[in-house]
Amino acid sequence: MADLHKLAQMLQELDDQMVACMKCGMCQAVCPVFAESLNEADVTRGKIALLENLAKEMIADAKGVQEKLNKCLLCGSCAANCPSGVKIMDIFLKARIIVNTYMGLSPVKKVILKGMLTRPGLFNALVSVAARFQGVFSKPVNDLIGSSCSQWLSPVIGDRHFLSLAKEPLHGAVPSLDSAPGASGLKVAFFPGCVVDKMFPRIGHAVLKVMAHHGVGVFMPAGQACCGIPALSSGDRESYEKLVTANARVFAKGAYDVLITPCATCTATIKEMWPKFLDGFDATTRAQVLAMSEKAMDVNQFLVDKVGVTAVDKPTGGTRVTVHDPCHLAKSLGVRSQPRTLLSANRDYELVEMAEADRCCGCGGSFNLAHYEVSRSIGRRKRDNIVASKADVVATGCPACMMQISDMLSQGGDRIAVRHPVEIYAETID
Amino acid sequence: MPSNALIKEFQAIVGKENVLESEADRHSYSYDSAVLDPVVPDLAVRPTSSEELGKVVRLCNENGLPVTPRGAGTNLSGGTIPSKGGIVLLTNALNKIVEINEEDLYAVVQPGVVTARFAAEVARRGLFYPPDPGSQAVSTLGGNVAENAGGLRGLKYGVTKDYVMGVDFFDVNGELVKSGSRTVKCVTGLNLSALQVASEGTLGVFNEIILKLVPPPAANKAMMALFDDVDKASATVAAIIAAKIVPCTLELLDNVTINLVEDFTKAGLPRDAQAILLIEVDGHPGQVVEEAEKVVAICKKTGATEVKAAKDEAERNKLWEARRAALPALARAKPTTVLEDATVPRSKIPAMIKAINAIARKYDLTIGTFGHAGDGNLHPTIMCDKRDKNEFHRVEEAVDEIFDVALSLKGTLSGEHGIGLAKSKWLEKETSAATIAYAKALKKAVDPKGILNPGKIIGG
Repeated sequence: MADLHKLAQMLQELDDQMVACMKCGMCQAVCPVFAESLNEADVTRGKIALLENLAKEMIADAKGVQEKLNKCLLCGSCAANCPSGVKIMDIFLKARIIVNTYMGLSPVKKVILKGMLTRPGLFNALVSVAARFQGVFSKPVNDLIGSSCSQWLSPVIGDRHFLSLAKEPLHGAVPSLDSAPGASGLKVAFFPGCVVDKMFPRIGHAVLKVMAHHGVGVFMPAGQACCGIPALSSGDRESYEKLVTANARVFAKGAYDVLITPCATCTATIKEMWPKFLDGFDATTRAQVLAMSEKAMDVNQFLVDKVGVTAVDKPTGGTRVTVHDPCHLAKSLGVRSQPRTLLSANRDYELVEMAEADRCCGCGGSFNLAHYEVSRSIGRRKRDNIVASKADVVATGCPACMMQISDMLSQGGDRIAVRHPVEIYAETID
Repeated sequence: MPSNALIKEFQAIVGKENVLESEADRHSYSYDSAVLDPVVPDLAVRPTSSEELGKVVRLCNENGLPVTPRGAGTNLSGGTIPSKGGIVLLTNALNKIVEINEEDLYAVVQPGVVTARFAAEVARRGLFYPPDPGSQAVSTLGGNVAENAGGLRGLKYGVTKDYVMGVDFFDVNGELVKSGSRTVKCVTGLNLSALQVASEGTLGVFNEIILKLVPPPAANKAMMALFDDVDKASATVAAIIAAKIVPCTLELLDNVTINLVEDFTKAGLPRDAQAILLIEVDGHPGQVVEEAEKVVAICKKTGATEVKAAKDEAERNKLWEARRAALPALARAKPTTVLEDATVPRSKIPAMIKAINAIARKYDLTIGTFGHAGDGNLHPTIMCDKRDKNEFHRVEEAVDEIFDVALSLKGTLSGEHGIGLAKSKWLEKETSAATIAYAKALKKAVDPKGILNPGKIIGG
């Protein structure tokens, strides 16, 4: 088949990276999806073998390989544990670009990525309409978590317990900001990310409060776009480049020391992925993208490593808080201790560790939409570990994890709040 | 390819979701961890109960369909490559720990239980399952028994076969054959359990395995010794054993490995050291202290340039880092990692390492050697790129020669990785024509149609 030959040739550019996989199979130990299905094609070794065979034209069913390739959380657990150090995330993202471009995006993804996400103005307008009407179609189920479910929308969202869109997004309350550094002498650029902007503006407000308290100047330009990971992980390079370019433009207008985000996935994308997918940019944009990427830092890490927040000496305790380590924070960026330090800086909380704190929650962005049942079983394990820790609050530095964990706890009928470490730290500031 | 009618019969036994027939799924069961060409099976079938397992085997035999049992697919000799097509029989849903008996010190497991999960569960009950193959985080106990997997603790604690008290398995007709027992002593009938160990799935399909457990050692102490000469390291191993001390681990890293580990970890290992020995003693606390002191004294006497003894768990972890990093460091050096396991009597280690280094020079290859010095089980690891046809041909010649040397030193082809497809052509060289003929007659008698993992160990 002539077409398949072309696809195979394109995949051969990954050969140098794929050949490093020695097929030892150690990824089976940590892959959350494999733990559910026990299917080799769901684990990294299997996926790489399939891509190799597709590149060698040993497999005719490209669509079958595409389905397996897309059935992955991109959590990076395998990469963090790979004895041969295979650049698994690079391989999978590049392969998704090649295969998904070749096979085409699903119609739903086309509408979301090309029709909406790459048009921030329209995206914001649609979300604000949805925020106004969401109460009509859904009913609250857990006031502590803030979740709702909806009979009306079940054909679209199933029986998820979802969090409501904020009445007022962060960019509504604070359209833009450019304050001078205070006592700290530091100035940050603030990239809240879509989920914080539209669903958890309270986290954005907490970040701004903490920065003001520590005398950190903040540059938050208007017109920010999504970090691009939903497009990149769908293999939609065109939309990805549009989003990154939009961000590069608005952030180039200000000067700052560090670019902070309260979203583990946004930070990992900007820091790890942006420098690897530069081919489509002109020299100016490339320089802007790299400048942002080099300065990107998780907000927990910034507060502990740069501002110098430390744990209090004599905590009084009272509220038990446990930490979920987001994959993109712990495994991609190696940020593990800082969120814990931040929580220990609030004397009213007592830190208790849950089992498997760094095991993936199962969200995986659009994985949750395409494979909800798998996502939910992985999430239940996380929920069980949280409940077993007897915590009152679970804190995690990723709003996507917060959505998934909220869904799981709410379905379990649990009275455990889900919060960002920065929110808990912000409580110490009057 | 099996007919649609036959596929439906498999589906009727195990359910539709447990018969994997798509091209992508079949391709993902065409390989294991050995550096060999993949072979795509006709189907992959995953029974979820003993009853289903027996029926699947019977159906395969009735249709003359080859059966390749597969746990985690981590073996290094091609034992789980379905070289004659047929079905890959997935055991990973048969993953129940049936019983852990703390009074009688045994456990009963299904074949798909993951080794590390089992060892952790046993440890939680205050007991110990010593075999610790390198792939234990993912390998299955069924696979361990079928390959007679070893590990780092072989010298003192033995290998998987030393813990197998019984194996219940299905014959080709799907009838359950029982062997062994839950008792320490058992002489009832032929020792069929022992026949299943290292059989690589060629003589039966495991249903349940009875494993021996032991009390864990109360204390341990790790030491590391550096040498400027492999002979001195080997003399140290001999002197430790001669002093009636049996360490639980006695691991060796050669100069090539030391340098690659240092490149990778920057832990500060001396690049000019010719060998590192990692030694750990365990047992009663008093005995551990005494033996550790003796080991340190022996190392100094036999010419170690430096000896370190861990004072606490953190230091122990640090000493172990070099050994833990050995395979990752070697694996990162070049795209393809050919991990061999030719084994020699421990006194022949210096001769073996010298020969391996000469072979590396002769064929212009990089070979790092590390492994279990205490039991003579070395892992010469050839770093290469299988895409380079010329180089890979030299690798194959080098491997041939490594086996020749191992046999000439009264060693064996494989200490723990198995024969599978990769080494069956050398089997007669180590054994005899009569040995192969006997094994083939045995195989023919219990598996007349040759459906049980055909092509492995004895060829055919």
